[in-house]
Amino acid sequence: MNKISKDNFTQERYKYGFVTEIESEKIPKGLNEDVIKLISKKKNEPEWMLEWRLSAFKRLENMSVPKWAKAEIDEIDFQDLYYYSSPKDFKEKPKSLDEVDPKLLETYEKLGIPLKEQKVLAGVAVDAVFDSVSVATTFKEKLNEIGVIFCPISEAIQKHPELVKKYIGSVIPITDHFYATLNSAVFSDGSFVYIPKGVKCPMELSTYFRINASETGQFERTLIIADEGSYVSYLEGCTAPMRDENQLHAANVELIALDDAEIKYSTVQNWYPGDENGKGGIYNFVTKRGLCKGKNSKISWTQIETGSAITWKYPSCILRGDNSTGEFYSVAITNNYQQADTGTKMIHLGKNTKSKIISKGISAGKSSNTYRGLVSFHKKAENAKNITQCDSLLVGSECKANTIPLTENSSNSSSIEHEATTSKISDEQLFYCMQRGLDAEEAQSLIVNGFCKEVLQKLPMEFAVEAQKLVSISLEGSVG
Amino acid sequence: MLEIKNLNVTVEEKKILKNLNLKIGKGEVHAIMGPNGSGKSTIAHTLAGKPNYNVESGEVNLNGEDLLSKDPFERSLNGLFLAFQYPIELPGVTNASYLKQIVNAHRKSRKETPIDAGEFLKILKEKSKLLDIPMDMHSRFVNAGFSGGEKKKNEVLQMDLLNPSLIIMDETDSGLDVDALKTTAEAINKLRNDERSFIIITHYLRLLEYIEPDYVHVFQNGSVIETGDKSLASRIDQEGYS
Repeated sequence: MNKISKDNFTQERYKYGFVTEIESEKIPKGLNEDVIKLISKKKNEPEWMLEWRLSAFKRLENMSVPKWAKAEIDEIDFQDLYYYSSPKDFKEKPKSLDEVDPKLLETYEKLGIPLKEQKVLAGVAVDAVFDSVSVATTFKEKLNEIGVIFCPISEAIQKHPELVKKYIGSVIPITDHFYATLNSAVFSDGSFVYIPKGVKCPMELSTYFRINASETGQFERTLIIADEGSYVSYLEGCTAPMRDENQLHAANVELIALDDAEIKYSTVQNWYPGDENGKGGIYNFVTKRGLCKGKNSKISWTQIETGSAITWKYPSCILRGDNSTGEFYSVAITNNYQQADTGTKMIHLGKNTKSKIISKGISAGKSSNTYRGLVSFHKKAENAKNITQCDSLLVGSECKANTIPLTENSSNSSSIEHEATTSKISDEQLFYCMQRGLDAEEAQSLIVNGFCKEVLQKLPMEFAVEAQKLVSISLEGSVG
Repeated sequence: MLEIKNLNVTVEEKKILKNLNLKIGKGEVHAIMGPNGSGKSTIAHTLAGKPNYNVESGEVNLNGEDLLSKDPFERSLNGLFLAFQYPIELPGVTNASYLKQIVNAHRKSRKETPIDAGEFLKILKEKSKLLDIPMDMHSRFVNAGFSGGEKKKNEVLQMDLLNPSLIIMDETDSGLDVDALKTTAEAINKLRNDERSFIIITHYLRLLEYIEPDYVHVFQNGSVIETGDKSLASRIDQEGYS
């Protein structure tokens, strides 16, 4: 009983590992000005956008990849990658779903993201990004009626250039660091969101990123602007096929919250993590940053990180507006040979700014899981406050957990509360649950879900159940 | 229904149970008494399959099947329930969702569909009332911050929900005040029937005054040194083990 064969088991563990057999159109491998010009041309971009990309590329030539993360990363040959891949004959985004290749619709259906009108998740608008292009966006018109813009960024560059021009690169400057600058040079698709003044967006907005083509990097660019007094909740999901090679996903996500606005950004990251011997998997090198530009604004990051061979991301908040709030809720799970180096930066610039960090790291197998965080109070950040809580849970004895919380304080009236714990799932807990009829994996998943509960309950309801299942699946095979 | 033959068990290389023999019939209530370190809890943990309780030799049959080859969860699904002396805390896991999950694990093994949320709540209310458990206890985390009495009642509630055929109670009376002991014992008595057997491990007579045993066994040095009816328990209570 309860013995599953290894083959069975791998499939069960990563059920999104299939490849969609669809002809793709790639531009030649390599990173150079011609490639960037070609991407820009494919996207029909205006001249200013191309210039911006090229200026990023110029800077890139003098930058090198950051090496400080606690992860062993194989050298990436940036000339040996495809930077753009789209389904063949995909010149223009289909106007309606009827024109979308049925194979693509089927792919998203299989991933649990139905795009057809009669099947869509009620209350959730979806932008589906496949390799380098957005293939469909649901509820677009309905959102348009109340002035909410939700579209692929490539479309926004053409239709709303004034907004894109004003905000792109305003939170993550093109000079930031190697991967962020690389993204600025070669980014392909991602979502654009604008919530007008005073509008509370009535549905969840979400983007589903799928990598399908091999030897191809995905360079997502997402820009979300919440105008004065508005509110939006946004969620992204990510999966990729199982392959022996490592693939790169280098995203830039910028959030801007103006006076009294609130952005809630959630991620369920389930990129292919590699096999149980550490072969293959996505390199997830992501720059996510939110600017609380206006007073009383709020940005809240929630992330469930279960996938990727290497995760390297620090969703951060710059708290410029007085009384603004930044939050970071994270569950990072690593198993087998996965490596995660993740955390947040809370930069307090304004008065009475508040931030809260809750990080739950779970390591199993031979994996390594690091929380890295920075809380910084600048001189003018009077009465700023931070609460940080970092908990690590170890499953087995071959994994590693690290907590690296840094603080910088130039303000006299600010306060930081920091708490960190490391624990193991006890044999007593497992035995207790098993005595009541749960098998070892059910018992472990119950205990782990309890450990992450505080964070899981921050997710939009529609996704909380799915995330719980994901937490359990990610740890399968780790029970001794 | 339960037959233990020549059972030898070591824990951390120490011999605890020595050639233990015990037979329990359907519907019988057996009490095990004995001084500290006599192996009372070891028999409970061994039967439930706790890791590090190494069976060196011997046989155990439950309902005609070899018990010792089964995983702990299979033993539970086959009808064995151990009420813990020190119930374990599960932080972050609400009691209600935990109870529902263990009920569903048992239903699944019987090839039944998961219980409907409304129906479960109804049953939970009924059974909690019997034990004087307030419903808000179920929105707290399993055993976390529970008083001694609440923990023990929660154990009895679980045995009621899982419908086991063999119940082993490891010092369920410890940590209970007189009122709680009475409520708990009454609830346990309601669980007694012709099909269900009990092993009650206790130091004291007081639980056995509420739940009358058919047999009383006295443990010493890892085996049974004396067996009698409930009068043996009264004698031990007055005279001690020596």
